[in-house]
Amino acid sequence: MALVLTEEQSMLRDSARGLISDKAPVSHLRSLRDSKDPTGFSKELWHSFAEMGFAGLLVPEEFGGSGLGFMEAGVVMEEIGRTLMPSPFLATSVVAASALNRGGNAAQKSEYLPKIASGSLLATLAIDEGAKHRPLQTNLQAVRAGNGFKLSGAKALVVDGHVADLLIVAARTAGSAGERDGLTLFLVNPAAKGVAIERTIMVDAHNAARLELSNVEVTADSVLGEVDQGASLLDGVLDIGRGAVAAEMVGLSDEVFGRTVEYLKSRKQFGKLIGEFQALQHRAAELYIDIEITRAATIKALQALDADVAKAASSVAVAKARAGTTATRAVQEGVQMHGGMGMTDQFDIGFFMKRARVCEELFGDANYHTEQLARARGY
Amino acid sequence: MPDSQASEIESAELEQFRNETRAWLEANCPPEMRKPATSDADVFWGGRNAKFSSEPQRIWFERMRDKGWTVPDWPKEYGGGGLSAAEHKVLRSEMAKMGARPPLSSFGIWMLGPALLKYGNEAQKKEHLPKIAAGEIRWCQGYSEPNAGSDLASLQTRAESDGDDFVITGSKIWTSYANYADWIFCLVRTDPTAKKHDGISFILFDMTSKGVTTKPILLISGYSPFCETFFDGVRVPKSHVVGTVNRGWDVAKYLLQHERAMISGMGERGVGRPLGQIAADSVGTDAQGRLDDSMLRGRIATFDVDEAALAACAERAVDLAKAGQAHPAFSSAMKYYGTELNKRRYEILMSAGGVDALEWESERSRQGARPRAWLRTKANSIEGGTSEVMLGIVAKRILDLPGA
Ligand SMILES: Cc1cc2nc3c(=O)[nH]c(=O)nc-3n(C[C@H](O)[C@H](O)[C@H](O)COP(=O)(O)OP(=O)(O)OC[C@H]3O[C@@H](n4cnc5c(N)ncnc54)[C@H](O)[C@@H]3O)c2cc1C
Repeated sequence: MALVLTEEQSMLRDSARGLISDKAPVSHLRSLRDSKDPTGFSKELWHSFAEMGFAGLLVPEEFGGSGLGFMEAGVVMEEIGRTLMPSPFLATSVVAASALNRGGNAAQKSEYLPKIASGSLLATLAIDEGAKHRPLQTNLQAVRAGNGFKLSGAKALVVDGHVADLLIVAARTAGSAGERDGLTLFLVNPAAKGVAIERTIMVDAHNAARLELSNVEVTADSVLGEVDQGASLLDGVLDIGRGAVAAEMVGLSDEVFGRTVEYLKSRKQFGKLIGEFQALQHRAAELYIDIEITRAATIKALQALDADVAKAASSVAVAKARAGTTATRAVQEGVQMHGGMGMTDQFDIGFFMKRARVCEELFGDANYHTEQLARARGY
Repeated sequence: MPDSQASEIESAELEQFRNETRAWLEANCPPEMRKPATSDADVFWGGRNAKFSSEPQRIWFERMRDKGWTVPDWPKEYGGGGLSAAEHKVLRSEMAKMGARPPLSSFGIWMLGPALLKYGNEAQKKEHLPKIAAGEIRWCQGYSEPNAGSDLASLQTRAESDGDDFVITGSKIWTSYANYADWIFCLVRTDPTAKKHDGISFILFDMTSKGVTTKPILLISGYSPFCETFFDGVRVPKSHVVGTVNRGWDVAKYLLQHERAMISGMGERGVGRPLGQIAADSVGTDAQGRLDDSMLRGRIATFDVDEAALAACAERAVDLAKAGQAHPAFSSAMKYYGTELNKRRYEILMSAGGVDALEWESERSRQGARPRAWLRTKANSIEGGTSEVMLGIVAKRILDLPGA
């Protein structure tokens, strides 16, 4: 598989870019933030997104989606990264849709997937409990009760948690924190008794929430996949999410970088364009190289996911680790090279810096993924 | 035929090519040639005075040469294998999978060949390319001069017109393997009055010509793979100029792109076993099987991430070129990153090897193979254009930043 976009993928990119840059430039995020918008994204825009087939991009055609692949999801994520458009695409259309599609039984799929494709249902995965991403540390308890389960515990950084219509909750049905066995995924209705959701206003002005479950009753039908055997389903779903976030970070890095290079070509000091200074030229060139290498690694990971999710772990670890490091560098250099302007809220650069920090933590930071690669290679 | 159908047929043919290639390599690559070369003596460079260091080396070279696979993607009429870009990629990946080493290393293959294919006339191609492919003539590169390194275009070696010949006078420096080479590709000044880029020509001549002498330079690795080269009134027929007289800079730049691509890939031929395992041998592991030096382990893991990402980028660079979307200066980006990464690889290897990696002259250390290789890598970010120069090219040509 060539590591370049096909003609169809380029067309998809152009149409996503057209819509996003037109309807959701960075000023869109800014106004949602400033007005303390209660939903944190534009429903109207989400509907146009769904009409263009983006909401159901990964949903198979038999359930009303377009049945495209992770490369295509990555193409859209990259465009989202360019303008930082807040949207349910990542949580609902990529992560939750993949969880349902890969783990769901016939009834679950036919109930939820068509609604995701039409844009009428928002869903999200609730996984991390501590400050850092550690899926196996899941400790939210699910104890058997009657023919179902009772769930108790808490989750942090639930993307779109306060607007979701469906929560996919990782819980422990056996074993203890740190173990692979004994994890189970549950479909939980946020309106159920005992569910408390608090929107957490975060640094990047995107939607996230804390979730608390106390003795929430769910039936046996709400198990996604197999009881106690959720870890491998979760691995795949998380890797898909990681690939998508890496693509968002590539878009974000590339956009910040483009803006920075433009600034180098227009800002004058000491009677010269600052882009004439070799100290800045070389740093810009290094950053360009970093971004290109990261872009290639990300495409490689997305293609590996398309070929076989179960075999993509190492490529995904490489992509997410590189994307985190590169995005961090891109936003830091972006602010630095904009000088004082880069520190002002009025300038957009800071929005990219804040989003990069969140993307870095989401589904594991560079250290986490570098560690995964070391383990996979046995040293 | 719809596109998807065409590409299915194409991929079925490629699959068949892959299977045949794998079978042929299995049958023909001697086991001894399935691990990386451990010293320079183990690398076959060809040339009039070439000697094989072992029988398997000879067998491997001759079999590959007979298939045209010393230069798989060159046209068959010039001694190549006539493979398409996709087939070439398959061959490379199959060779990499079994660890097969290149049968022939040659500046003729990496640098001059591509330049001749693009700028040479038919007579020059027929004369030189088959001999490069067959490893008969070994080439060296006469670019740098004592006062023209990074600022290559300020070179002063002059070629004066005398009837059908040029008479060449001057000197070159850092000419790798000049003392072993049969022929040289050389940049000379044919018009001293023109602007510096406009008076240079690219010319080929035999190193046994009257007036050519070489003197080796000793390196920090203890080897002297390169020389000072002196030209004292060397007569060269004008027909040996490649491309147009005074337009040699175009040829020189094109060749440099190939040189840079070659140097950026040097690390890939590296050491064979993964760094983490090599380090475990000397550093040891803890109860959980992790390297017993957590900082080193972290450095190796970060290196592995970057190396895997660079490999993806190298693959993508080929795909972009095939799709006609490559930026001509992208080889500078790859050269920069590839060489800096290779230096990091050897810093890690030295640190992992500890005291053992310090041995310089002993049987056990294979005459200091590791420290010598470590020192050699320091040249990667100098030869073929320094890292600073590569960053300058990226800044100006790709990012279009201002200033000369
Ligand atoms: C192992 C090895 C093999 C070689 N093989 C050959 C060969 O076969 N044939 C051949 O012709 N040449 C060969 N070379 C020469 C090589 O191309 C030159 O060494 C190289 O181009 C640098 O030139 P220089 O050594 O004169 O360094 P200089 O140009 O003097 O550079 C010194 C320092 O200044 C920096 N510098 C220079 N200009 C700038 C600038 N504009 N901006 C920022 N920094 C700058 C450089 O990056 C470097 O750090 C070889 C070199 C090595 C080390």
